[in-house]
Amino acid sequence: MSTHSHAHDDHHGHDHGDGASHGTFNSYLIGFILSVILTAIPFWLVMDGVLDSKMATAAFVVALGVVQIIVHMVYFLHMNTKSEGGWNMLALIFTLVIVVIAVSGSLWVMYHMNINMMPKMDHEMIQNFG
Amino acid sequence: MTMANNTAAPTEAPVFYLKEEHHPEQGTMLGFWIYLMSDCLIFAILFATHGVLGRNYAAGPSPADLFDLDLVAINTSMLLFSSITYGFAMLQMAKGKIAGTQLWLAITGLFGVAFVGLELYEFHHLWHLGATPMRSGFLSSFYTLVATHGLHVSFGIIWLVTLMVQIGKRGLVPENKRRLMCLSMFWHFLDVIWIGVFSVVYLLGVLG
Repeated sequence: MSTHSHAHDDHHGHDHGDGASHGTFNSYLIGFILSVILTAIPFWLVMDGVLDSKMATAAFVVALGVVQIIVHMVYFLHMNTKSEGGWNMLALIFTLVIVVIAVSGSLWVMYHMNINMMPKMDHEMIQNFG
Repeated sequence: MTMANNTAAPTEAPVFYLKEEHHPEQGTMLGFWIYLMSDCLIFAILFATHGVLGRNYAAGPSPADLFDLDLVAINTSMLLFSSITYGFAMLQMAKGKIAGTQLWLAITGLFGVAFVGLELYEFHHLWHLGATPMRSGFLSSFYTLVATHGLHVSFGIIWLVTLMVQIGKRGLVPENKRRLMCLSMFWHFLDVIWIGVFSVVYLLGVLG
């Protein structure tokens, strides 16, 4: 058993392609420039109060953040559908599903908890029971 | 002759499996990616907690009172610079240049130290203003989320220094290359988390 696993290690031990690409100087530079732009715009929007509507500013900040995360995934983490035979992407998609359920579910449930426990309702309930 | 070859061909056993390699050669990268995904879940829950508690100021200070966005912008640029310098270290590693790899790793580490230093300065400043984690739900979730990220970066710096010592002793052997690639994923992953932190916690917080 041990000799077998040792042989296995020897076979795979040498520096072999791991399925993930390393990127080039240009791809790192493009990723860096894109992320600088995508960082600067939301900071500028909030610090200088460029837009009158808070909702619009918030939407821009979130949207630019999502785009920047994708830029980092592609240019710095070298994510694509082929790396590691696609298992990288599958694990990421699974995690994103869990993250969306956990975050949106928490916000949704807790928002309704807050609404239902408003002092006003407390007062009405006391009157009803009083 | 050709007739003989043609008759020989059909007797070969049919091949049903796909010949190209489908599973990766080394499982370490995939395993480390799955660790990062589990780490991502920790941060997701901390973001969700901050989403729920982030407006509970308990009549205390709000993000607009506390946060200095100039400082956050400088902090963010430190992490961005460290990301591209780590990328340069990986390019030097691919060329097999030990000195270049060590130089860019050292620069990355310095940017990381600057990031953690600025964050500690910010925490110290907030603490001085009375904005402690005990003050309100908003501050509890803020410190938990941001400090968890800062702690990850701190451990990343320790890992980076350890690898620099390893490379100094053994050079760019396959084991060290594998470790550098794991740290690369870790470091860039923390940068991705920070995008969420500065967008949601700082910018949306100050926006109110």
